[in-house]
Amino acid sequence: MNLRTRHLLGIAPLESEEIGLILDTAEGFAPIASREIKKVPTLRGKTVVNFFVEPSTRTRSSFEVAEKRLSADSLNFSTTTSSLVKGETLLDTLRNLEAMAPDYIVMRHPEAGAPHFLAKYCRASMVNAGDGAHEHPTQALLDAFTIRQRRGSLTGQRISIIGDILHSRVARSNVHLLTKMGADVTVCGPPTLLPRFAGRFGCRVTHRMDEAVEGADVIMMLRIQLERMTSGFFPTLREYAFLYGLNARRLSRAKADAIVMHPGPINRGIEIMGDVADGNASVILNQVANGVAVRMAVLYLLAGGGDV
Amino acid sequence: MPQHSVRILDPSAIERALTRIAHEILERNKTVRGLALVGIQTRGVPLARRLAEKLRGIEGEAPALGVIDINLYRDDLTRIAEHPVLRRTEIPFELDDAAVVLVDDVLFTGRTVRSALDALMDLGRPRMIQLAVLVDRGHRELPIRADFVGKNVPTAKTERVDVLLAETDGGENEVRVLSPDDETDPREDDSP
Repeated sequence: MNLRTRHLLGIAPLESEEIGLILDTAEGFAPIASREIKKVPTLRGKTVVNFFVEPSTRTRSSFEVAEKRLSADSLNFSTTTSSLVKGETLLDTLRNLEAMAPDYIVMRHPEAGAPHFLAKYCRASMVNAGDGAHEHPTQALLDAFTIRQRRGSLTGQRISIIGDILHSRVARSNVHLLTKMGADVTVCGPPTLLPRFAGRFGCRVTHRMDEAVEGADVIMMLRIQLERMTSGFFPTLREYAFLYGLNARRLSRAKADAIVMHPGPINRGIEIMGDVADGNASVILNQVANGVAVRMAVLYLLAGGGDV
Repeated sequence: MPQHSVRILDPSAIERALTRIAHEILERNKTVRGLALVGIQTRGVPLARRLAEKLRGIEGEAPALGVIDINLYRDDLTRIAEHPVLRRTEIPFELDDAAVVLVDDVLFTGRTVRSALDALMDLGRPRMIQLAVLVDRGHRELPIRADFVGKNVPTAKTERVDVLLAETDGGENEVRVLSPDDETDPREDDSP
């Protein structure tokens, strides 16, 4: 089985079989991290350009580790080092990059749809590492991998995503993926931070945290951006933490073996309390480790992708 | 194009070949201590398991058993359109200084074995590596040879050798050669 396309632009275009293929393949890559020689020669001689127009440390380092463990060569372009600062258009930048014949471009951009636009002109395989508030497919895939790892499967799992859903590409990609794979998804946040028609994506919507965590198998907390406070989305961090922070009391309303997830970086004491983040239910660090295996699987599979 | 399929090993012939290979492995290595069988995914895995059981039957104890998937070490990944499914690699014993017998169903160009050698070397430093195959069909493209062979089957490059095992394919154990012509095949139903 193959992926139908040689790009990974989002979760929305993927079929559940393709998602299953990526997750199954990631299982094969996961053990490499615990070996003496953390490298396989699979993508030897391939070039990957990490084109991060929007800065990132964790996603970019995760991709870099994945690329190096596959023996590929990686090249990093970030906003400051790129010619976009000098006024070069995005398409011209792509064309200049492609003149050096990369095999993959991993791109993060503040505008939704930027990777989709460039993929039309791209000979390389385009991997979306986050486009505006639209999608972050590899994050959703590593989240799903982590859930499967700890809960056995995704089907029928009660999953609550809590926080600033409005501005979150992580939430969007996760809702797409988890509903496609048969999970029961609830999104929760203050009315100011939930998109107006959130229910249209096949998830439940609530503003009440207690309702969201009740009987949940998985609680996924999203980072609250501190800038939102000054833009009027909520009055104070303290009030946000009081109403929507995950503490031990709220966690106890979930299932006994529920897991706590967070894409990182965490704001201790705001959306998640320290004891929960460091507790037994937390799989936050597993998510990071799994991110490398999932990204290795994506790069491996895209090489054999079709031309849809 | 008309194809015809000839069975060249039936279940009892396979059984006898494996028994003989088990005895040969023991003869060469003298002991199962420090010996490990590593099956190459996919069909090398049940073959390795069967050989380990036979060795247990002869010596009273079994050698260590591992499985290895060589797909990440292939030399044709950039050319083949479809990426093969990754399966398990598990070496649950100390590879350093072990005497390893790699086990696979068919030895053909030798590229799979080359990949398996690279994969094993990345996991440790075995003392020595030997190779056991059920069928050697010739047409080597690399300087690789098997130490233990179930049956030598001369084939044309256009033919295909299919090993069907109960564990992986259901049904009877057999080895068939698929040829793209319909001349009578002198290898049909013969004895070793």
